[in-house]
Amino acid sequence: MQPTERNRPRKRWLSKKWAPYVFVSPFFILFAIFGLFPLLFSVYVSLFRWDGVSPLSQMKWEGFGNYLYVLELEGLDFRTVFTQAFWQDVYSRDFWRSLYNTLWIGVVAGLPQHLIAIPLAVFIHTQFRRARNGILAIYFLPFITQTVAIVLVFQALFSAKFGVINSLLTGIGQWEVAGFAPFSLMFPTEPVDWARPQKTPWIVAFVVWWRYVGWNTVLYLAALQTIPKDLYEAARVDGASPWRQFVHITLPQLRPMIFFAVTLTLIGNLQLFEEPYVLTAGTGGIGQVAETSAMYMLRVAMTDGDFGTASAVAWLLFMFVALLTWMNNRVLKPKD
Amino acid sequence: MYSSRKTKRRPAGAFTLKLIAYGIVFAGAVVMLLPFYFMFVFATHANADILSVPPPYWFGDHLLENLKQLMAMRPNFWKSIGWSLSIAAATTALNLFFCALAGYAFAMLDFRYRETLFGLILATLLLPSFVSMIPTILLMQQIGWINSSKALIIPGACGALGIFMMRQYISSVLPRDLVDAARMDACGEFDIFLRVVLPLIGPALGTLALITFIGSYNNFVGALLVLRDQEVYTLPLVLRSLQGTNGVTWGALSIGAAIAVLPLLALFVVYSRRLIDGLTAGAVKG
Repeated sequence: MQPTERNRPRKRWLSKKWAPYVFVSPFFILFAIFGLFPLLFSVYVSLFRWDGVSPLSQMKWEGFGNYLYVLELEGLDFRTVFTQAFWQDVYSRDFWRSLYNTLWIGVVAGLPQHLIAIPLAVFIHTQFRRARNGILAIYFLPFITQTVAIVLVFQALFSAKFGVINSLLTGIGQWEVAGFAPFSLMFPTEPVDWARPQKTPWIVAFVVWWRYVGWNTVLYLAALQTIPKDLYEAARVDGASPWRQFVHITLPQLRPMIFFAVTLTLIGNLQLFEEPYVLTAGTGGIGQVAETSAMYMLRVAMTDGDFGTASAVAWLLFMFVALLTWMNNRVLKPKD
Repeated sequence: MYSSRKTKRRPAGAFTLKLIAYGIVFAGAVVMLLPFYFMFVFATHANADILSVPPPYWFGDHLLENLKQLMAMRPNFWKSIGWSLSIAAATTALNLFFCALAGYAFAMLDFRYRETLFGLILATLLLPSFVSMIPTILLMQQIGWINSSKALIIPGACGALGIFMMRQYISSVLPRDLVDAARMDACGEFDIFLRVVLPLIGPALGTLALITFIGSYNNFVGALLVLRDQEVYTLPLVLRSLQGTNGVTWGALSIGAAIAVLPLLALFVVYSRRLIDGLTAGAVKG
């Protein structure tokens, strides 16, 4: 190529040296303004009493008072730590109750997600060829659906009086063949009163499970497709049964994905907000039985107008999530 | 040859196993679809029918009445759909541009601290979202963006996940020589991006557009934090406001929910494969 007029370096508004920095800068500018700065500011706010709207000069120094207020440890009799009364006392304190609710719903919704998603992914992987995409789309649909819309429908389905779920369950429970009801032990024969506070966390857990089981199935299916086929070929030659293939090849090969998916579930369930919020109409249910930590935090900020305490809740929660994530890393992370 | 040998060796229980597998997968699929089915069924029934025992299992003829009732209760309903769609569209457009730009820089350009900066972007993904809820409210109150769509569009205009996706795609499909050749031709750095890179990464842009649009359209928490007036409510907030403590009009609510879900349902029917692949690609590679 001949050097022409066009090839001579022109004066450009963007030099080759600085262009990359300009190109990646939007993320950092936005993160600095809307991510980092508010985060640091909330650390500062967590040390003050402040309603969030009045001028900054109105802030009142609290030190770690907000944190102590949230933890609410005074009055707890630690000598009785092995009695039920002690734990009932702990449960009556807002922060600890919300933490317990979050963990309970997180485990009851999260564990079955994986226990069902792994075999389901194996079934779909081994048994379905042409129908696979359709099946996957159906299972994935809840994940991309607007939570508020579908959770409101769930509220109707779970209604004690007219709910579809009750009529389906009692329908199965009362189903009789020749005077004998085969499912009467497993299924209710009377309508379940879903409005009772004891049921609320179960409903929340079911809806969360329903939303994310497909997402996990898709993750596991993607991992299954990367397992080399000759591993199974060799096992079959050795006469290994499908069950032994599953235990000795599939599960170990899935381990990195199990770690990744469980980590996602853990982080996601610890910040659970939308499903319980909409299912309980923002109240947390009777006696706050389904109020998660994120809901509690928002209640302190919006209803009580106490942004200092709410910030303290956020950071206590953050430390808790960090601790659990670290423990998860120690226990589940594949060593390589 | 292999397959024929396999079928011969298959044990007698294999058929039963297959049947059970099909049964479980099918039953699960029914559980996944049932709430959608009843959403549409309820949308076509009068409130009294929905509240009766047993509830309706098949479609009724009350669709238009429900729609009218919804409009009477929430005159802003159509406006809020437009509001939701336009916020989602704006967020998507900004994300496509900024993420592609940054992804291109990380994939194709050499610069100092490239890996460090990219690592920082990925690290922000680990921040749990609730930590920023309270600070976001505070910031939006201070700069007066409460009740403004800016509060939903601008902070999410350049997502970390989008940058990651774009970098992966660009570094796997775009030949470096092409960029160098364009530079030889005295193209400016930004011109290279605009004229050479952008036209070649259509598929990745499509996937990112889907993911961003769906995320923004469904965003409830973000809207809940910053939108306080009914006039500026996005769709999820309007639906949520229909939920009272007593006497919910389920028919009107169901038609509202159905209308809210339909655009994404249509999008998903067409693009489900692409969306699922796009969302899992990062997970499997990373």
